[in-house]
Amino acid sequence: MDMSAATRMEAERSAPVTAQGLPAKVVARDVNVFYGEKHALKHVDVDIPDRGVTAFIGPSGCGKSTFLRCINRMNDTIASCKVTGKITIDNRDIYDPSLDVVQLRARVGMVFQKPNPFPKSIFDNVAYGPKIHGLARTKSELEAIVTASLEKAGLWSEVKDRLGDSGTGLSGGQQQRLCIARAIAVNPDVILMDEPCSALDPIATAKVETLIDELRANYCIIIVTHSMQQAARVSQRTAFFHLGTLVEEGPTERIFSTPRDQRTQDYITGRTG
Amino acid sequence: MNDHIVKSYDAEFKELDRLTAHMGGLAEKLLADAFAALERRDPNLAAATIASDKSIDTLELQVQERAILMIAKRQPIANDLRHIMTVLKITSDLERIGDLAKNIAKRALAVSGEAHPKPLMNGLRHMTELAMRQLKDALDALSSRDAGKAREVWHRDAGLDALYNSVFRELLTYMMEDPRNIGLCTHLLFGAKNIERIGDHTTNIAENVLYLVDGVAMTEERPKGDDTSSMVMSARTS
Ligand SMILES: Nc1ncnc2c1ncn2[C@@H]1O[C@H](COP(=O)(O)OP(=O)(O)OP(=O)(O)O)[C@@H](O)[C@H]1O
Ligand SMILES: [Mg+2]
Repeated sequence: MDMSAATRMEAERSAPVTAQGLPAKVVARDVNVFYGEKHALKHVDVDIPDRGVTAFIGPSGCGKSTFLRCINRMNDTIASCKVTGKITIDNRDIYDPSLDVVQLRARVGMVFQKPNPFPKSIFDNVAYGPKIHGLARTKSELEAIVTASLEKAGLWSEVKDRLGDSGTGLSGGQQQRLCIARAIAVNPDVILMDEPCSALDPIATAKVETLIDELRANYCIIIVTHSMQQAARVSQRTAFFHLGTLVEEGPTERIFSTPRDQRTQDYITGRTG
Repeated sequence: MNDHIVKSYDAEFKELDRLTAHMGGLAEKLLADAFAALERRDPNLAAATIASDKSIDTLELQVQERAILMIAKRQPIANDLRHIMTVLKITSDLERIGDLAKNIAKRALAVSGEAHPKPLMNGLRHMTELAMRQLKDALDALSSRDAGKAREVWHRDAGLDALYNSVFRELLTYMMEDPRNIGLCTHLLFGAKNIERIGDHTTNIAENVLYLVDGVAMTEERPKGDDTSSMVMSARTS
């Protein structure tokens, strides 16, 4: 699956556009990830559109989280991990040595499987990012950012009277929306979510899904999920990973109605591959 | 096709297919018996045929209940969802076929007192034979997931339409020849129309088999061989 030099040049020259004509936000070319000797992700090529939700699905251990972590360079923190190939966001190579990783992580927010609020007040959880990135000059600016972020995350009405309470005292679903508020407070372009609803009940899940659906108008969202129904509900495009390779990527409707690859079909319909 | 990881899911699909095949078998028998009752003017067979339509209705309900339960329990997608949806559509076509065959049997009751000249039945017999073959092939295509066979059924429906056409003409001629034939021929005309409609439902089944196998809905215009709607005019003016 090696890209020819010509295709590679083509990909670099023109602004990448996905199949639907949407501008591609994140573009991966021949991305490989090794954990020591283990080749965990193999030759991944994908264009992820802006302003939309892309779901990553696939069996446990297929490399979904690994690929997600490549997009904000979280893998840098794993000593044994080596990433090759090229990933661009808005045509800018994110593995360029001159790139500021802290800046990158502000532009590429991440929400994890288990809600992980800081053991601080609700206000401080959201204010933390804007503060360290210097996004607010005054206290009232900071307050405006916190309020707006909590509103966007659909949490404002539930917490506005107890902003000083600890974030860890919220319910699981509220904590997860707090983490989403924290992620959007620094005004990112891309939001990565790794199984954001797996610890939530159906109501909290529905709230987070509604939120994702609202956020997609303004962000490039990538979500890893083990729920086929969730992928079908929230995403416009779906990518299926299997044993470290990206098997199939396309419009969600097509992937869930008429997948092209037998491995995709077996996985989504719950068959033994 | 690989098996589902959850074994009981496969068992549920098998049961759905078994019920559908059973319904198909009953529909075939209903059509054969309805025509035999008409041809032999056998009121007993006609009555039994009318009564047996009930079991098709019951089966359709059973399939529906199971399908709804499966959707609720398994949240099927892709080919699994198509499988369930096509079974639902096919069983509703089979139920309609049963109804139409029942109507033919009702005609048999209505004409059981009348003597009908042999040649009058020939066209109808041909239609029934072709409709039976179509239905059998469509059901075979379903059970063997044979898109080629389903496509053949789909194309052959025009033949049944053409046959209906000529039967229509023929019965019209008999009626014009001798007005005493009008009562009987009218019943036979309805019978012929019912068989033609059975052919249409059989074509629906074939289309659903194609959708099930290929995953794309049949959008081609059906080949048509029926122009009886314009023929009434020409019969009147001739
Ligand atoms: N830090 C690590 N060190 C060594 N191997 C790792 C590390 N992280 C992941 N791997 C391996 O890389 C492969 C891909 O793991 P990854 O976590 O990306 O899978 P995943 O698709 O996210 O699975 P899950 O659905 O279970 O979260 C696995 O075989 C895993 O064991
Ligand atoms: Mg993971």
